[in-house]
Amino acid sequence: MSQNFEPKIIAFLCNWCSYAALDLAGTSRMKYPPNFLVIRVMCSGRVDPQFILEAFRRGADGVLVAGCHPGDCHYIEGNIKTLRRMTLLKRMLEEFGIEKERFRLEWISAAEADKFVKVANEMFEKIKSLGPLKLKEVNTHE
Amino acid sequence: MNKPKIALYWCASCGGCEEAQVDLAEKILDLVNLVDIVFWPVAMDYKIEDVEKLPDGSITASFINGGIRLSEHEYVVKLLRKKSKLVVAYGACSAWGGVPGLANLYSREEILKYVYHEAPTVENPQKIQPQLKIKAEEGTTLELPEVLPRLLPLDLVVDVDYYIPGCPPTPEVTWKAIETLLSGNLPAKGSVLGALDKSLCYECPLNETKPEKVLIKDIKRPHEVIADPSKCLLTQGLMCLGPVTRGGCSALCIKAAMPCTGCFGPLNEVMDYGGKAASYFASIVDYSDEEEIKKVLGKILDPMGIFYRYSLPASRLRGKITVTRR
Repeated sequence: MSQNFEPKIIAFLCNWCSYAALDLAGTSRMKYPPNFLVIRVMCSGRVDPQFILEAFRRGADGVLVAGCHPGDCHYIEGNIKTLRRMTLLKRMLEEFGIEKERFRLEWISAAEADKFVKVANEMFEKIKSLGPLKLKEVNTHE
Repeated sequence: MNKPKIALYWCASCGGCEEAQVDLAEKILDLVNLVDIVFWPVAMDYKIEDVEKLPDGSITASFINGGIRLSEHEYVVKLLRKKSKLVVAYGACSAWGGVPGLANLYSREEILKYVYHEAPTVENPQKIQPQLKIKAEEGTTLELPEVLPRLLPLDLVVDVDYYIPGCPPTPEVTWKAIETLLSGNLPAKGSVLGALDKSLCYECPLNETKPEKVLIKDIKRPHEVIADPSKCLLTQGLMCLGPVTRGGCSALCIKAAMPCTGCFGPLNEVMDYGGKAASYFASIVDYSDEEEIKKVLGKILDPMGIFYRYSLPASRLRGKITVTRR
């Protein structure tokens, strides 16, 4: 079962750095697991913790948020707000029973295609070994 | 004249909602002039059998407080749904799970084990634990309702027409909601009655002292500081959830120099109150260095208890993800 398990990982990437890094990885013919579903946002500061909770609820096995390095944010300090929010969210995810390896915040500049590939590979391997998220039926009328 | 019939019921709650209803004071006399109360376990001697005998849809509105934690709650709210034209979730527990909903961080088995065997105040050498059915000595069988695997807000068990927020809803909010319901001019289904559509800051008397951009260097718990009652509590480092909480309570806690804990719940656009509240609060911590941020946020000892105090079962993940519903 776990051999056939293909994790679904949502990646929120900022337009100015991390998405460009992903683009560069592609044009440079670098290889990374196809399990990442990428959502481009203008800034990692746009990523509300609610989005991450929603991603897990809808069946994501992992979530990656990546933005510009601190100090390099296109909007000056959007990524710093992300850092603050995700620092708190990480603690809450653990209390929800979500293993900490399933969520990752990274700074990836537009030139760091290799870093994106490294992070993607690491995350893929780790989540593959963890198996699917053990989310029991959430029960809703929605 | 046929007066509209109403029913009031409590599920997993503390009784504060009943207290709030009684706190309508002399207005309760106006209320009984306007409606017939057909079921109200805390105050009147009608039984569930009396409700079962009523024709379907004959109750105009049922006000249900408390979360759904027992099989009995589930049975009664489904019965009331069938017998009522409108079902109103009254109070935070009914609307989003409330404080008892924090138990969704643990499985039922863990909770029962702790409560009956492990809690420091418990002495239970015979390891007695309540059973669903037990043969009494006289030969009769006694039954207890089952504790459900987790607590659910009312709208995950039955269809809910309206919500009245608060822990408990204030008498003013309650009365406003009743007036709206009796006016015949019903708002859209799913509306929150009696409260504002804006955040608490909008009606907060300290709003004038809130700077355009709030930033804090330190977080203080209410017992660590004597708050200045004339200055925005956030700027004093107190964790006031007013900016992310629905207004309508007349800022009662703030007027007593206590920060808002969020009992009026999320605003209309918010899908996960705790996620939103944590997002807001973390973003105003005035440091850029990861270690400093960790240090300040580390002063929030129990983030789930602070941000999901009233809404864990209504959150995106409903509680600890390994806890089942059935």
